[in-house]
Amino acid sequence: MWTICRKELADHFSSTRFLLLFCLIFMVALVAAYMAVENVHKALEGFPKSSHVFLMMFTTPGKFFSLVQFVAFFGPLLGIIMGFDAINRERHLRTLGKLLSQPIFRDAVINGKFLAGVITVTLVMVSLLLLLTGMGLVTLGVVPGWEEIARLAVYLIISIAYISFWLGLAILFSIVFRSLATSALASVALWIFFSFFMGFVADMAADTLRPVYNRRDVEQVVANDRLAHAFSLVSPVVLYGEATGPILDPFQRSAGSLLVITPMEAFSLERFRGPLPLDQSMFIVWPHIVLMMALTLICFGIGYVTFLRQEIRTV
Amino acid sequence: MAAIIQTQGLTRRYGRQTAVEQLDLEVQEGEIFGFLGPNGAGKTTTILMLLGLTEPSAGSARVLGYDPVRDPLPIKRQVGYLPENVGFYDDLTGRENLRYIADLNGIPEPEATEKIESALRTVGLADEGDKLVGAYSRGMRQRLGIAELLVKDPRLLILDEPTLGLDPDGTNKMLDLIRDLNRSRGITVMLSSHLLDQVQRICHRVGIMIKGRLVALGTIEELARRKGADSGRPVLEEIYMRYFREA
Repeated sequence: MWTICRKELADHFSSTRFLLLFCLIFMVALVAAYMAVENVHKALEGFPKSSHVFLMMFTTPGKFFSLVQFVAFFGPLLGIIMGFDAINRERHLRTLGKLLSQPIFRDAVINGKFLAGVITVTLVMVSLLLLLTGMGLVTLGVVPGWEEIARLAVYLIISIAYISFWLGLAILFSIVFRSLATSALASVALWIFFSFFMGFVADMAADTLRPVYNRRDVEQVVANDRLAHAFSLVSPVVLYGEATGPILDPFQRSAGSLLVITPMEAFSLERFRGPLPLDQSMFIVWPHIVLMMALTLICFGIGYVTFLRQEIRTV
Repeated sequence: MAAIIQTQGLTRRYGRQTAVEQLDLEVQEGEIFGFLGPNGAGKTTTILMLLGLTEPSAGSARVLGYDPVRDPLPIKRQVGYLPENVGFYDDLTGRENLRYIADLNGIPEPEATEKIESALRTVGLADEGDKLVGAYSRGMRQRLGIAELLVKDPRLLILDEPTLGLDPDGTNKMLDLIRDLNRSRGITVMLSSHLLDQVQRICHRVGIMIKGRLVALGTIEELARRKGADSGRPVLEEIYMRYFREA
């Protein structure tokens, strides 16, 4: 398994498409972080310094999006690019039969490939976070406290699990579909669906099952919203967003919020509420983290079983 | 001589279709066995079952004394299998492809380099070893395929259509190589083909498979006697066509 893992790692790091994506992610992340820092400066003018300025760099939207949103959006692409041709490229090159006739167990192939992907994701995320932390130190001039570092570490782990989900999904498609293009398209289609359309679908499902007849009837509105929220949790994108929110923002007390509050309101509210300690924040998002890990494992598990049972005939 | 491959009632069905039916086959150690039959006769399926890459629906097989269903690893360690139209990682060089195979077989370092170099020399690719495989010709790829098998010092070679798509010169080189490996190193070879004159040139014994059934098994002379064929030049072709018409 380690042999396969090592070869796949070498393949990842030398492939053009990975390097392109890596550069793109780094550049966008740098720009986004720079803009976020500007905004943090502006937002903090006139206020006494809050205790978690450093984390704000990751959660404050710059011109378009915050860094966390950026990873939520682009992370899947990283996973998909590394996984979509894992198995069917071997089929395509006609190396699968040869590979499986070597004295290795069949699951070593898929385990090795998945592991190589996870290691690559970890390296990318760690270097990204370190780079941004360094940049934050220079531009913000604030040294992160231990708790902030711990929060970033938790964020890192959640992010790796999140991207691994997409990696597992892409590998699953690469097993099921013979054609490279089909499996890439299937992964991207699911990614777009979960990122953009899941909200509509959840709303529609909730409106059908628990319709709101009277906008003033609070119970109806709440029931409808709860159901829509439950549906949207099927999407790992939503899960990830809600899991990382309280981790990076100690003032956030629930994973999702019914009320829409403007940033200024939020800020004034926050001044009357103390920040939560890390373990309390963890407590809020614990179900999300478990659910996301479960999704990743299920995805990989289905791929694993399918691969073990599949005929290897290359005809 | 001991049987190196032995099957009893080996059967494989795909849905309602039977790819291999009640196959009883023995290959002796040290021989070159030719596995003949038209496309789709079940030759590849049989080979996959021998390696434990496909499970039989019924019957059993023993390769080198091991059961491929329960114990595929020792078989895969000692058997070199060259699939039909074998593929390589085109963005790696010939040497790197061999290195990967050596690593997968757990061959330790100084030994691995030695085996890779000797395998490349044997197949005549020592000078081309550092070129990307993507730039190899068909004949070179096929010889690299053999080199991959030699890296693991096999006792048995299973070659699926090893000369398919080669030009006459490439075909001759390949056949000479196979015969030489069998003679000088005592490696048993089982090769499948539908190109009869080649099989006749190098094989000691042949089995003819048609529509999933083994219809004939023996040396070419035995089969010729049985079918009363003229002992002219293309004996095997005549035998084959007679079996084929009967099936």
